[in-house]
Amino acid sequence: MRTKSYIPYLQVAPLAFVFGAFLVVPILTIIVVSFWDYDFARIIPDFVLTNYQELLSSPVTLRTYLNTLRYAAIVWAVTLVIGFTVAYFLAFHVRSDTWQTACFLICTVPFLTSNIIRMISWIPFLGRNGLLNSALLGAGIVNEPLEFLLFSDFAVILAFVHLYTLFMIVPIFNSMMRIDRSLIEAAYDAGARGLQVLVNIIIPLCKPGIAIGSIFVVTLVMGDFITVRFMSGGQSASVGLMMSNAISLMQYPAAAANAVILLALVLLMVGAMMRIVDIRREL
Amino acid sequence: MAKDKLTGKARGINRRTILKGAAASVGLAAGSGAITGFPTIWAQNIKNITLRQFGTGVSNLNAIAEKCKQDTGITLQMTALDSDAVAQRAVTQPKSFDIADIEYWICKKVFPAGVMQPMDTKRIKNVDKIVPLFLNGKLKPDSAVAQGTAPHTVGFVEGKDSTKFAKSQTQWMTMIPTIYNADTLGIRPDLVGRPITSWKDIMDPKFKGKTSILNIPSIGIMDAAMICEAMGEIKYGDKGNMTRAEIDKTIAILTEAKKAGQFRAFWKTFDESVNLMASGEVVIQSMWSPAVTAVRAKGIPCVYQPLAEGYRAWGGGLGIAKHLSGLELDAAYEYINWYLSGWVGAYLNRQGYYSAVLETAKQYMSEDEWGFWMEGKPAKADILSPEGKLLEKAGAVRDGGSFEDRMGKVACWNAVMDEDRYMVQKWNEFIAA
Repeated sequence: MRTKSYIPYLQVAPLAFVFGAFLVVPILTIIVVSFWDYDFARIIPDFVLTNYQELLSSPVTLRTYLNTLRYAAIVWAVTLVIGFTVAYFLAFHVRSDTWQTACFLICTVPFLTSNIIRMISWIPFLGRNGLLNSALLGAGIVNEPLEFLLFSDFAVILAFVHLYTLFMIVPIFNSMMRIDRSLIEAAYDAGARGLQVLVNIIIPLCKPGIAIGSIFVVTLVMGDFITVRFMSGGQSASVGLMMSNAISLMQYPAAAANAVILLALVLLMVGAMMRIVDIRREL
Repeated sequence: MAKDKLTGKARGINRRTILKGAAASVGLAAGSGAITGFPTIWAQNIKNITLRQFGTGVSNLNAIAEKCKQDTGITLQMTALDSDAVAQRAVTQPKSFDIADIEYWICKKVFPAGVMQPMDTKRIKNVDKIVPLFLNGKLKPDSAVAQGTAPHTVGFVEGKDSTKFAKSQTQWMTMIPTIYNADTLGIRPDLVGRPITSWKDIMDPKFKGKTSILNIPSIGIMDAAMICEAMGEIKYGDKGNMTRAEIDKTIAILTEAKKAGQFRAFWKTFDESVNLMASGEVVIQSMWSPAVTAVRAKGIPCVYQPLAEGYRAWGGGLGIAKHLSGLELDAAYEYINWYLSGWVGAYLNRQGYYSAVLETAKQYMSEDEWGFWMEGKPAKADILSPEGKLLEKAGAVRDGGSFEDRMGKVACWNAVMDEDRYMVQKWNEFIAA
C-alpha cells in the first residue's frame, strides 16, 4: 500500500507542470519585474517602489481604471441582456434539436474570422462618410452625418458587445439546457405565470452560466487594449492601453506594476462573483 | 517609420539572372576589394552570406534585397517592425540582428547600450559624398543646425569601442545615413476650403472634429511643439529637448483642444493615417510622405503642405551589430558600400524620400526624374514610382519644391528628450484625458 502513495502525485504532475510553467512562473516574473528599475534602454534588476508610486499617485491611473470599469459594467449589462435573451430563445422556443443546433452554429459563424477583422469592419460602416451615415442622410433622417457613431465611447461599447456577446450566450444556453423541463411543467401546473417561472426557476438555475459568462466578459473587457484603441480612434484610454503604451516604450517594469494591480483587481472581481454564485457546487 | 506600401512585387529570378548577378558580384567585390584593400578571395565567400536586417518599414524593401542579391550576392533577410519594437529588440536581443536599419533618435537610445559597433569610415567608399547634414548638421555651410536629435550629434563616437557620442566628425560612425525626409501636415485641399500656411491651422475651430495627430509620443510631441510654437503660445528653448515646464504647457494646450473636440482621432500606424484621410474623417493631420502618396493613389486629392514654420525631419541609417566579425563584418561593409553606390539612392528618391549620397543616386535617375524629385521642377513626362505605377502626371510639381527648399527648412529633427520618461507619462495623460 505504501508504495502507491506517490501515484496521486504523479497523476497531478502533468497539470501541475503546465500550470507552473505557463501560469505561475510568468506571473511571478511579472511581479518580480514590477519592482525593477528602468531607463530608456534598459531594465535594471533592483527593488524599487517607484513604479507603484508613480502609478498610484497619478490621477490618470484612477481615471483610466474608472473608465475601464465603466466599459466593463456597460458591456456586461448589455451582453447579459442580449445573451440571456438569445439563449432563452434557443433553449425554450426552438423546439427541434436540429434547429437548435443550427441556430447555435449560426451564432458562432462570425467568430470564425479574427476578432480584429470583425472589429475593424465597423469603421467603414460607422464613419462620417460610412454606410450608416450615407443611408441616414439619403433617407432624410438626419441632415448632418452623425459624428458620435465612430471614434467614441459608443463605438467602443458597440464593438465590445459585438465581440463578446457569444461568451455570454454559450454558458447561459448550456445552463438552460440542463434545466429539467419537468420543473417548469410542475411550476405551470402549480399555477405559476410565465414571469414567475422565469424569475423563480430559470434565472436561479442559470446562475452558474451567468456567472461564467460574466467572468469571461468582464475579464476580457478589463484586459482589452486593441478594441479601445481602434474604436475610440486613440482618444480613450483603458488599462490595457496604458500597459501597451508603456511596453512600446520599453518601460516593462511600469507595465508589470500596472499588470499586477489589474490582476489583483480582476481577481477581486472574479472572487466577488464566485461569492455570489458557487460555480463549483452548481456545475 | 512608416509601414511601406510601395514594396515591389517579387520578380521571378531565373537561373540566368542569378548567373549574371553572381558574375557581377564577383566583379564588384573584386573592385571594392582593390580599393579598400581586402583580399579578393573573400569576395567569393561573401556570396553565401546572409545578413539579417531589421528596421522600420520605410527602407525594408523587397526590391532592395533582390537587387542586393543580384549585385553583391549577399542575401538580406528583412524584418519590418515599428520604431518602438525595433529599439526594444535591438537592446534586448542584440544577437537577433546583423544590420540595424533605424532612425537616428532610436540610435541615441540604442547605441549607448553597447549592442552595435561603430563603423570605420575608412572602409566606406562614398563617405565624403554624404550630405553634410549628417556630418556637421548643416545643409550648406551657412545653414543653422536644426533642433532635436540632429543626426550628426549621434552620428559619431569617439573611438572603436566607444559608446560615447562625439561632438564632431571622427573616424567612427555609429550609422551610415541612408534615408531621410522632411515631414509636415497633410491636407485634403478639396475639403479644407482655405489656404493652409501654418502648423497652427490644425487648431482652427473651423476644422473641429476633423483633425488628427499621431499617437507616437516621441514624434507626436514634436508635431505638438510645432503647433504650439506656431500658435505663439510657447517659445521653446529646444523643441527636441523640452523642459518639464514646456512639456506641461504643451500637453495642457493639447488636452484643452482634445476636450473641445478638435481631434477626430489619434493614429498610430501608417495605414490608419491613410484611411482617416481617404475616408474624409479628417481634413488636416500629421502625415508621412508615402501616406500622402497612398491617398493620392486612390484618386483622392491630398497635399503634403509646406508650412511657414518649417518641417519636422527624420533620418535613418544602417548600423552594424556588435557581434559581427570576420567575413560577416566584411559582407556588412560590402552591403553598406553597395547601398551608397547609387541604385538604392535612386530607388528611395523616386519614392519621395532622400538618399544620403545624392551624387551616385543621380546617375541612376533620368534628368526629368531628378528635376522633379530633387530640383522642384515641373515634370516633363509622367512620374512613375519605382514599380512603374503612375504617381504624378506631366506638369506636376513636387509639394514643397526642391531638396534644398525642403531639407533647408527643417525646424526640428525627431528626438529623444532628457525628460523622455516624464514626457511619455504626460503624453499618456493627454491620451487618457
